[in-house]
Amino acid sequence: MTAPQRVSYRMESTLESVNKAEEMADQIAARAGMDEDTRRGVSMAVREAMINAVLHGNAYDPVKRVNLSFEQTGEELIVTISDEGKGFVPEEVPDPLAPENLLKQSGRGIFLMRAFMDEVRFRQLDLGTEITLIKRLQGTDLDHQEAST
Amino acid sequence: MSMKASTRQIDGVTIVDLSGRITLGEGSVVLRDTIKDLLSKGQKKILLNLGDVSYIDSSGIGELVSAFTSVRNQGGELKLLHLTKKVHDLLQITKLYTVFDVKDDEATAVGAFNH
Repeated sequence: MTAPQRVSYRMESTLESVNKAEEMADQIAARAGMDEDTRRGVSMAVREAMINAVLHGNAYDPVKRVNLSFEQTGEELIVTISDEGKGFVPEEVPDPLAPENLLKQSGRGIFLMRAFMDEVRFRQLDLGTEITLIKRLQGTDLDHQEAST
Repeated sequence: MSMKASTRQIDGVTIVDLSGRITLGEGSVVLRDTIKDLLSKGQKKILLNLGDVSYIDSSGIGELVSAFTSVRNQGGELKLLHLTKKVHDLLQITKLYTVFDVKDDEATAVGAFNH
């Protein structure tokens, strides 16, 4: 049984932070034993959540920061991303698959997070929004390693 | 890796060979500027070759949709060529695969434009 591991970062509201977070997610998912397709999905969900925080939440404000953390419990990879923006109501985001929204230029980020993760949670903070992305590790190499020891 | 776009002409169709990542920032801007430039020159039959596009995020998807509607609104046609599995899957789950006219063969794609 692996002890929970958690790493946290406080990042600037820049496109560079979005790219860095995506790379880190891919590396951490690889270390957790996820296959290439799953890793790609996780890193894309993290990228989309970071875009949400940097672009829609903090609006590239140089004073505002994004908090990013990765926690691996042995059963799950939990990614938490929070911004210091105005906040939003996830239920009010239009369904990007509805025929009238298909040709809209934006509005697919949350849909993609939900498509690639097992669970996506939103929490309004006093200042900003926190998104929690959860991917379960069943069926990955981690299970095989534990089963063989 | 940033994105590159180069254009060539075959039978009145402009083929845009894209490579790299179409993502928020530079990648999306390169695609937007390329389409804008072609439309300003009256080149309205556009085939986007995505064979060397390694990654697209939601912003990149939005840019493809925007390119499609801009070209169509000007009376032109935009088709997609050589989707990688990753991009194909992404267009499937976002229900855009049926919106775009997607081709696997360049000659067939060029022939499918209204001449």
